Amino acid sequence: MIELVASTPCQGLLPLEHGPFTLTELTPGSLTALAPFSGQDAALSRALDAAFGLSLPDVGAATAGGSARVIWFGRGQYLLIGPAPVADLANVAAVTDQSDAWAVVRLSGEGADEVLARLVPVDMRPAVFGEGAAIRTYLGHMTVSIARDDDAKGPGYRIMAFRSMAGTLVHEIETAMAAVAARL
Amino acid sequence: MRIEGKGRIDRSTWYGFTFDGVHYEGHPGDTVASALLAHDVRMVGRSFKYHRPRGILTAGSAEPNALVTVGSGAHASPNERATMVELTPGLQVTSQNRWPSLGFDVLSVNDLAAPFFGAGFYYKTFMWPKAFWEKVYEPAIRRAAGLGALSGVTDPEECEKGFRFCDVLVIGAGPAGLMAAKLAAEAGADVILADEGTEPGGQLTAEVEEIDGMAAHEWAAKLWAELGAMPNVRLMLRTTVTGAYDQGTYGALERLRGHATGHGPRECFWRIAAKRAVLAAGSLERPVAFRDNDRPGIMTAGAVRAYLNRWGVSPGRNVTVFANNDDAHRTARDLVMAGVKVNAVLDARHDAPKSDDFAVIRGAQVCGSHGRKGLDGITYRTASGETTIMTDCLAVSGGWNPTVHLTCHMGGRPVWRDDILAFVPKPGAIPGMVTAGACNGAFSTAACLAEGVAAAKQAVEDLGLTAPDVTLPEAGTEAGGIFPLWAVPGKGRAWLDFQNDVTVKDVKQAATENYQSVEHMKRYTTQGMATDQGKMSSVAALAILADATGRGIPETGTTTFRPPFSPISIGALGAGSKGSGFAPQRYTTSHAATVARNAPMIEAGLWYRPSYFPQAGETTWRQSCDREVGYVRNAVGISDVTTLGKIDIQGPDAAELLDIVYTGLFSTLKVGKVRYGLMLREDGFVMDDGTTARLGENHYVMTTTTAAAGQVMAHLDFVTQVLRPDLDVSVISVTEQWAQFAVAGPKSRPLLEDLLETTLTAEDWPFMSCGPVTVGGVTGRLFRISFSGEQGWEIAVPARYGASLFDALVARAEAMGGGLYGMEALNVLRIEKGFLTHAELHGRTTAFDLGMGRMISAKKDCIGKVMAAREGLVDPGRAQLVGLKPVGEVQQLVSGAHLFREGAKIEPENDQGYVTSVCYSPTLGHSIGLAFLERGPRRYGEKIRMIDRTKGLETLCEVVNPVFFDPEGARARD
Repeated sequence: MIELVASTPCQGLLPLEHGPFTLTELTPGSLTALAPFSGQDAALSRALDAAFGLSLPDVGAATAGGSARVIWFGRGQYLLIGPAPVADLANVAAVTDQSDAWAVVRLSGEGADEVLARLVPVDMRPAVFGEGAAIRTYLGHMTVSIARDDDAKGPGYRIMAFRSMAGTLVHEIETAMAAVAARL
Repeated sequence: MRIEGKGRIDRSTWYGFTFDGVHYEGHPGDTVASALLAHDVRMVGRSFKYHRPRGILTAGSAEPNALVTVGSGAHASPNERATMVELTPGLQVTSQNRWPSLGFDVLSVNDLAAPFFGAGFYYKTFMWPKAFWEKVYEPAIRRAAGLGALSGVTDPEECEKGFRFCDVLVIGAGPAGLMAAKLAAEAGADVILADEGTEPGGQLTAEVEEIDGMAAHEWAAKLWAELGAMPNVRLMLRTTVTGAYDQGTYGALERLRGHATGHGPRECFWRIAAKRAVLAAGSLERPVAFRDNDRPGIMTAGAVRAYLNRWGVSPGRNVTVFANNDDAHRTARDLVMAGVKVNAVLDARHDAPKSDDFAVIRGAQVCGSHGRKGLDGITYRTASGETTIMTDCLAVSGGWNPTVHLTCHMGGRPVWRDDILAFVPKPGAIPGMVTAGACNGAFSTAACLAEGVAAAKQAVEDLGLTAPDVTLPEAGTEAGGIFPLWAVPGKGRAWLDFQNDVTVKDVKQAATENYQSVEHMKRYTTQGMATDQGKMSSVAALAILADATGRGIPETGTTTFRPPFSPISIGALGAGSKGSGFAPQRYTTSHAATVARNAPMIEAGLWYRPSYFPQAGETTWRQSCDREVGYVRNAVGISDVTTLGKIDIQGPDAAELLDIVYTGLFSTLKVGKVRYGLMLREDGFVMDDGTTARLGENHYVMTTTTAAAGQVMAHLDFVTQVLRPDLDVSVISVTEQWAQFAVAGPKSRPLLEDLLETTLTAEDWPFMSCGPVTVGGVTGRLFRISFSGEQGWEIAVPARYGASLFDALVARAEAMGGGLYGMEALNVLRIEKGFLTHAELHGRTTAFDLGMGRMISAKKDCIGKVMAAREGLVDPGRAQLVGLKPVGEVQQLVSGAHLFREGAKIEPENDQGYVTSVCYSPTLGHSIGLAFLERGPRRYGEKIRMIDRTKGLETLCEVVNPVFFDPEGARARD
């Protein structure tokens, strides 16, 4: 039998470091787009709660439960990150596998918001783009999803761009990392 | 010359630099201007039009004269203002607009010919012959008149762009701006304080005065440091706010390392989104026009003070002051205190204040200057006659113009104030912006401090914050005492616009020739049209125009200030967009393997796709293409088709949505089947085509062309959000999720059966069927569709396995006598079958034109149906799709060529159609083409002339059915 080998979108491109900034590739498991059918938002929220212990986030926000997260992903759309979807969800929402559609990277380091300030037309300062924030916006010329993704070392950002644009994504962020690091 | 004990720069460190190849030395903190003045270099450039010697006029960003080129080779940056360029070690500075040298400039003969060169000279002189303007006159004039030259090579320097956000943006860190920032910050607002200088304080950096008992510049530095320590304040020095735009957005240019060599970007162009802004941009001192007032050594009184107090440089050893206001007397006072000789203050006012420290001559007006390449004397006039005195520096002040520019960027016109003889901003000219301090016409330091507080109070209260009580520091209240004096009457040329060489006489000439509107005067004389936008000259010019036309200044009005406030390098505006940074690059999962096979890549939208796959011994693309076509026709070909748009459509109303957007019926499509669909725009013309598969009762996946994927997605969003929001359906792109490959050719079935380890019987997998498959344990999708006319399949797997599956498919195909085919072969295959791409679906064709009129289902409505039925769009006389094959000696077909009847004259009215796609068909052994021809389908068998006038080519063709190969379609169904 043929054996298909998986490759990640940023394979061979990451990790990278410039000054205090680190850019790594994340492999967060399944990415599942959920679009509740008419009037089913509450039902979807309940189904998520039952399966993963989390609810649907507000616009511009994310919720977490264990290793699962749901981020707001655009008009009437949410992205379940981590576990594979349970069958129940398809009763109340359009369920679409997006696990392979996105390059997912994490930018971190003291002042990482300054790196994003070179690329993203949204105020990314930690005090403004707070914990649990998630937006759809531009990064350079690309459309992206950005969510706060903190760890014990401090604030970080999870950035998702189209898989096909992984090279451009890494190049853009690396250029900004180097430019900001040069000022330090 | 440097003055011992004066200035605030580090005199213990020396930086060497060159000006026109001559070595000089300066100090950290110097500008090129201050360092040159320290060495008594007064002449730094030649003027734009007359090549007159020019010196340094100002000490700031409004400098019109001292434009220099900084750096050399690829790093050369022309038209830099010497007053803004910070001195760094080893800086190379070169003067401009002179040949062969600054001291001896051949084109300075222009100045002798000046009587012929006045305003309107070009318009009047170079009228005819008409053709000469572009070819002869303009190039000659442009060579003679000019600024610095670009290096001609790619700039290796990088710039960056960025976004900042704040509650209150304070523009200018002079007394008003500092106090505004302090109040806003203490109110808890998120504050950005930006200043174009290299140290805070604005005008305070140039003055000897006290605030709260401290030296004013120390007070500014202390407050600046206190602000910097606050977490809610961001300080931006060397940052010029260049434009005010909609919704509180401001452009700002930050100069990072200037011209110093080093790492990191040279400049950053910021877009700052501010909820409120306080403009505290200060004011610009204006000169007075008099005969030969442009001689090097004549500068503004404030600039003389700035060079003395900040940089410890006196621009002259024997200085004369000429003014119409009290402020300029400070220049004389400071010079005397520093031990520099001051001849006299020549004050145009008869009631000017007297001084014990220097002579004041009341009622005096300077009416001429003397010297060759620099000032050595002046002549002034009083009631008792004219007097000539020796002097090497004349400090001139005609008053101060508030820096209102940003308030005019959204159409606001400034308001004239007679009491201060200046234009001030119109309140509310920029929504959310409050003005304060000198830019608002408040000229004393105390008034600036108070206005800064008041403006910030308004801003923070607008934001719902509480303004704290702020104690105003003690500061000087003296200001003004101004008397109107714009130009000293007399013979000779009195200069207004130094950068564009416009004189008082030119403005008067414009009025005489009836260019009486200020905008007409501007265009006729070019006053204010240089890179400084007339900062130093506009108000004086319109005052003179007002006088010449017998109107008041407010009636005369101002010309329009537009962004940017001061020049911005294109490199900063375009930061990050050079070369491949211009647009994102989209790579398929087979990209690396494709490039490894030396396939030339072509761009399709943002995607990169292989043109063809060259093999050893092949010297032309046609050889590769013909071979690849053969793979598909005779064996099996593999092609990455991931780039086609894939849209997942789910929901109870999914079928209804498809019936609305497609001309055909999709609600009747059975699960596991695929159907070709045509999509119309609302105007009835074809938008796109593609296949849509029904994966489940309420689940479809639509494919689009690569080029129109985004457009179709936007269209579906529009339909679901605006036209039919009642539909319960969800639409999402899955283009990126699936790596999809075409497997086409008579051997495609055995290849797939081997790969999938299953049998694909014709009964289970007929043409236009689809379903899930397992590939090496991975769930994929298989579609039996064909864009080549051969038995064809498309297999999709999650993208992570794309590269791996690609390799497996190629290896199997090659083992079976087939292999990869690129876009060229794909195009040949589809033209042979008369299949369409956006060459045919080019936005001006209808389903009727494409021979697909019957695809618009009669059983239901769809977008574009009514409009497509318009009389003119179903006229049999319209150009419709046909095939062409050459039948004469000339065999070449060209897309874009036009079609004419045999014997018809080749003129537009006889044009019967045009060619859209052509190729050489290795299958048929001759060229073939697709074309749109009037009444085409009824003309099969007719001969037609294909004419390409750009190539001088004529090919006699036969009109044929556009399906050249296997018209019954048996091979695809096999």
